[in-house]
Amino acid sequence: MRSFVFPEFSIIRDEERCGSCRGCERQCAFGVHTYDPVTDRLTSDEQKCAGCQRCAIFCPEKAIVVRPSPSFYRPNASWSREKIEDLKRQAETGGVLLTGCGSDKPFRIYWDHIVLNASQVTNPSIDPLREPMELRTFLGRKPDMLDIRAEDGDVEIRTEISPNLTVETPILFSAMSYGAISYNAFRSLATAACRSGTYFNTGEGGLPREMRDEFGRCAIVQVASGRFGIDAEYLNCAQAVEIKVGQGAKPGIGGHLPGEKVSLAVAETRMIPQGTDAISPAPHHDIYSIEDLSTLITALKEVTNYEKPISVKIAAVHNFAAIASGIVRAGADIIAIDGLRGGTGAAPKAIRDNVGIPTELAISSLDRRLREEGIRNQCSIIAAGGIRCSSDVVKAIALGADAVYIGSAALIAMGCTLCQKCYTGKCNWGICTQDPRLSGRLNVEIASTRLSNLISAWSHEIREMLGGMGINALESLRGNRDHLRGVGLYEWELDVLGIKGAGE
Amino acid sequence: MAKAFVLEPGVRAGPSGGMGAAVIDAASLETRELNDRLRELMLSGARRVQISNVCGQRYIGTRLYTPERLKMEIEVLGTAGNDLAAFLSGHKITVHGNAQDGVGNTMDSGEVIVRGRAGDVLGFSMRGGEIYIRDGCGYRAALHMKEYQEKRPVLVVGGGCQDFLGEYMAGGVVIVLDLEGEIHDASFIGTGMHGGVIYLRGIVEGSQVGDQVDISPAEEADMEVLEVYVSRFLERFPEVEMTKEEILASPFTRLTPRSKRPYGGLYAY
Amino acid sequence: MHRKRRSRRELYNKEICACSIFGAMNREGDRFTGEGVMKAIASMRVRGNGLGGGFAAYGIYPDHRDLYAFHLMFTGSTDQARRAAKKELEAHLSRKFNVYFDEEIPTDDSVFVRDPPLLWRYFVLPRKEGEDAATADEDYIVGEIMAVNTRIENAYVFSSGKNMGCFKGVGYPEEIGEYFMLDRLYRAHTWTVHGRFPTNTQAWWGGAHPFGLLDTTVVHNGEVSSYGTNRWYLEMYGYACTLQTDTEVIAYAADLLMRRQRLPIDVVAKILAPPIWNAIDRMDEKEKKLLTTLRMAYGPLLMNGPFAVIIGETGRMIGLTDRIRLRPLTAATKGEMFYISSEEASIRLISPKLDRVWTPKGGEPVIGEMKSMNRMKRVC
Repeated sequence: MRSFVFPEFSIIRDEERCGSCRGCERQCAFGVHTYDPVTDRLTSDEQKCAGCQRCAIFCPEKAIVVRPSPSFYRPNASWSREKIEDLKRQAETGGVLLTGCGSDKPFRIYWDHIVLNASQVTNPSIDPLREPMELRTFLGRKPDMLDIRAEDGDVEIRTEISPNLTVETPILFSAMSYGAISYNAFRSLATAACRSGTYFNTGEGGLPREMRDEFGRCAIVQVASGRFGIDAEYLNCAQAVEIKVGQGAKPGIGGHLPGEKVSLAVAETRMIPQGTDAISPAPHHDIYSIEDLSTLITALKEVTNYEKPISVKIAAVHNFAAIASGIVRAGADIIAIDGLRGGTGAAPKAIRDNVGIPTELAISSLDRRLREEGIRNQCSIIAAGGIRCSSDVVKAIALGADAVYIGSAALIAMGCTLCQKCYTGKCNWGICTQDPRLSGRLNVEIASTRLSNLISAWSHEIREMLGGMGINALESLRGNRDHLRGVGLYEWELDVLGIKGAGE
Repeated sequence: MAKAFVLEPGVRAGPSGGMGAAVIDAASLETRELNDRLRELMLSGARRVQISNVCGQRYIGTRLYTPERLKMEIEVLGTAGNDLAAFLSGHKITVHGNAQDGVGNTMDSGEVIVRGRAGDVLGFSMRGGEIYIRDGCGYRAALHMKEYQEKRPVLVVGGGCQDFLGEYMAGGVVIVLDLEGEIHDASFIGTGMHGGVIYLRGIVEGSQVGDQVDISPAEEADMEVLEVYVSRFLERFPEVEMTKEEILASPFTRLTPRSKRPYGGLYAY
Repeated sequence: MHRKRRSRRELYNKEICACSIFGAMNREGDRFTGEGVMKAIASMRVRGNGLGGGFAAYGIYPDHRDLYAFHLMFTGSTDQARRAAKKELEAHLSRKFNVYFDEEIPTDDSVFVRDPPLLWRYFVLPRKEGEDAATADEDYIVGEIMAVNTRIENAYVFSSGKNMGCFKGVGYPEEIGEYFMLDRLYRAHTWTVHGRFPTNTQAWWGGAHPFGLLDTTVVHNGEVSSYGTNRWYLEMYGYACTLQTDTEVIAYAADLLMRRQRLPIDVVAKILAPPIWNAIDRMDEKEKKLLTTLRMAYGPLLMNGPFAVIIGETGRMIGLTDRIRLRPLTAATKGEMFYISSEEASIRLISPKLDRVWTPKGGEPVIGEMKSMNRMKRVC
C-alpha cells in the first residue's frame, strides 16, 4: 500500500562543496545516499532518513545539512503533524508504533525550574580548586545505629554492616543491555566505569564471560523478567545485583529485543537461539505481590551468600512511593527510580510518552515517604530518567537521591544524537546495533575516554556548585532542600518537591 | 487407560545413612540457618546430606555456588518451601514429600527429584539440568525456559499441569505424562512460545493452546526422546506402577512454536 | 501539606497489601482452639512484616448464639479520646439496639502489640422503630454499621455476626492470637487467619484483616487494581469504604451479592472472577448467555488484579483466586478437616498426613461446607 506520510527530514546538499567522495554513502546504514556513476553525483532519498546527522558531521566538505522538514499541513494545535502522521502509519501497517530514546514531549522539566543556593558572608563558600571536596558515597543499607565497644584504646564495631557499593562520584551508568547496544558500546561503558571509580549496569542482556574477570569489580548485574544470561557465577562476579521490575520509558510492559538484534554473540550471552525475539515479559512471572518480590530478593541474597547489595529498579508511577516503601521492607538495599523521561532501545510510543511521572517529583516524594516511615537509612535511592547535566545531578541529590544513573547522557557522550531509531538496529554511530560493520565504528578506547571525560567534567562542576553552597562533602547535600528554590511553579508542585519559592 | 493411583507423599524412611552422609534436623531451623548449615557442610567437604523435618524452609540448594563447582547430593524429608533449587548450580536434590512454588527458579544445572507434587511457577526461566516431579504441578510451569546449543533443560511431570504451561518458552523439553488419567484441561498452554518443545501424553484441543503453537502427533524421533526420559522417570520413581511400554503406548502430542518470532508483525517500524 | 480543596478530587487512599492466608474448618462442626491455626500462620511469617494480623472464628459464642456480637474498637491517641468515642457509640447503640450485655474483649496485656485501641464487645438485637420496623434485620444492622463507621469518630465496628467474631490488630498474627488468647479462650469450628505486609507504616488496627460484615468475613492476599471502580459501584448501594484497604470492597461485594441479592456462591465467583471472553465464546448457549449477562450487569464488580481470598460464613469456608491465578492457594483435606492456605507447608505443620492436596483452578471457588447446614441456617 502506498504511504501517505511525508519524510521527516530534508537533506540539502551544497553541490558546489560536494566532492563526490561518497563518504556519506558509506556512513549511512539506512541507505539514504546513493552515488550515480553516470552523473558523478550523490542523490539522497529523504524518506529513509532518520536524522542521525552522521553524514553531516562526517562530510569532509561540510556540504550536507539535514534538518527536520517543515510540516505542510495547516497548523492545528490538536492535530499536530506528529499525531497525523503516526495515525497514517498505523493505518498503513496495523501495528503498534515503536520508538527509541526517552520521551520528547513537552512535560514540564522541573530541573529547569529549580535554582541553587550560593553562600555569601555568613557561611563562606569553599574553594573547590584548593580545598578538599568530597563526592564519595556509599549505596546500600545503613544500620540504624552502631554498637561500638571501646576498651583500652581498641575500638570494636559489633554491628554487622550490610554490603554497600562505594562510588567515587554520584554518577553511575544506567542499565543498557548488550543486545540493545553493541559490544563496543557496552565495553566502553565498562571501561570508563572502572577508570572513573563508578559502576556500569549490564541491563537485561547479561555479562559476556570474557568481560567478567576484568569488569566484574565495577559491574551491577541485572535480573530482569526475562532472566537472560543469569547463573550463579554471573551473579557472584559483580558488585551488586539489581532486580528490574520496571523502567521509566515503558512502565508496566516488557522489553522487546527484535530478532534482528539477536546475533550469535547476543544469543550466547542470553541463552536463547539466534534470531529469536528476546522477549522480557511484562511482570516477573514469579512476582505478583510484594511478598513474592521479597522472596526473590532473599533468593538473590542467598545465591550471593549475603555479600552483595540487592537493588530494585522501578518506574515512577502514581502510587510508587507506597510500593517503594514495601520494597525496602522486603529487603532491598537500593531503590533505583526511573522517571517519565527514561530512555530505551525500543518501546511503544504510546507508553513512552504517556505513562509514568517526572523523575524530580518522584525523588522528592520517595525520599519524604521513607523518612516519614523512619526507614530512609535502610536503602539508598538512585534517580534516573532525563539527567542531562551536572546541575541536574546536584538538584537530584538535594531533593533526596543518593546518586543518579545516566543513560541517554552516556550515549550522547559516545556520539548518539537521539534520532530515536534504536530499534532498527541500524545505528550509524555504532551504538545501538549488532551489525559489525557499524559497531566497528565505535572505538572502545576513544568512546570510553569520552565517557570518562564526561564524568570528570560533571564531577568538577558538581564540586564547584557544592563549594558555592558552602558544602564540602556530598552527604551534606543529600535531601538538603534548603539549598533549592522554585521559580515559576504552582503551589502543589512546590509542595510535592518540598521546596520554597525563590524569594521566600 | 492408566491406572489411577493416589500416593501419600509423606515422609518415608530416609536413605540408609550411607557413606559419610551428614544429617541436619531442620525442625527448629529458619530458612537462613538451614542454608548456613548446608553451606558450611559443603565447604567442609560433605558430599551427601540428609535434611529431616523440613517444613516450608525456602531456597534449599541456592546458597551452594562456588567457583570450584563443588557438588552435593541432598535428601530433603518433608515439605520443601518456596524456591527449592533456585539458581541451582550442579547439585542433586531429592525431596521425599511435596514441594511448593518456584521449584527450579532460574536453575542452571543439576537435578531435582520430587516424590510428590509441585506448586506454581515450576522451572521458571530454567536454563539447564533436569527436574522430575512424580505427581502434578500448578500454574505457569516452564515459563520462559531457555536453551543454548547443548545446554538444554528437561522437565518431566508425572501428573497433570494447570494453565499457562510453557508460557514464553524459548527452549528446553517439557514432558507431561498425566498418569492420573485426567485429560489435560489446562488452557493457555504455550502462549508466546518461541522455542523448545512440549510433549503431552494424550490429546489437547486447539483452543487450549496459544495462537503461536503448532499441535502435531509425536513422531519417531520424538518417541526416542520420550523413551529416554520416561525411563529415567521410572528409575527415579519405582513406586509408580506402570511400565515404560504402557506409558509409551498412549498417543503423545507434540507442541512446538509456529515461529521464532511470534510477535514479529506486532510493531510498526 | 495537602490543602483542603484537594479532597474534592477523587483521591482514593488505598494501601497495598500482601500477605499470607490460612483457613481451617471442621466439617462435622466440632470446635477447636486457635492454637493450631496460630502455629500455621506463624510458619508463614516471612510473608508478612508484623504490621497486621487477624482471625475470624465461627461458633465461639454458643451461649449467645442468637444475639449479634458486635466487636468495637475505639481508636484515638489518648485514653480520653477513646472513652469519649465509646460513650458516643453506646449512646447511639442503646437507641438503635437492645444491648443484652457488654464487656471489654479480654486480652493478655503481657503480649507486646502496638498502640492497642480500646476493645469492647456488645451482644445485641436490633430495635427497629418507626420507619425502620419494616426493614429486614440484617439490612438495618448493615445500615447502622456504616453509620457508626462514618459518623462516630474513632469508633469502628469490626465484627458483627452471630456466634462468631473477628480478632485483629497491628502485630504478627500469632502475636495477635496470643494477645486475644485465641488458643485458650475460644473454640471454633471454622477459623480463617491473615498475616499482613502493608506498605504504610501508619498501619492501623482497623486496617488489618479480616474484614467482615454480619457473618461474612474476608481475608485477602493481593491487590485489587479495580478498587476505584468497585468502590464507586458499592457506594451506590450504601456501602461506605472507610477502612482504607482494598479488601473492604471484596467483603462488601460478598455481602451485596450473597446476602442481599441471594446469589449462589458459584454465580458470585463468576462475577468476581469471570472467565475470559475467549472461553465464554466457546461455551454452550445457556452458559454463554449467563456469563455474558453477569459480566454486563456486574462489570464494575469484577475484581481485577492478583488475589487469593478466603471468605468465611457460618457453615461455609470458600477459597477463591483471580481468574489467571496470580496468587498461590493450596487446598487440602484430612478426614473431616478442610484446609486452605497460601503454602502447603503450613498445613503439613499441623496435619502431617493429608488425604488430598491440590491447587484450585483460577476463578473457581473451592468450598467447604458444614455437613449439617440446617443447624447453621441463619435466621432472617
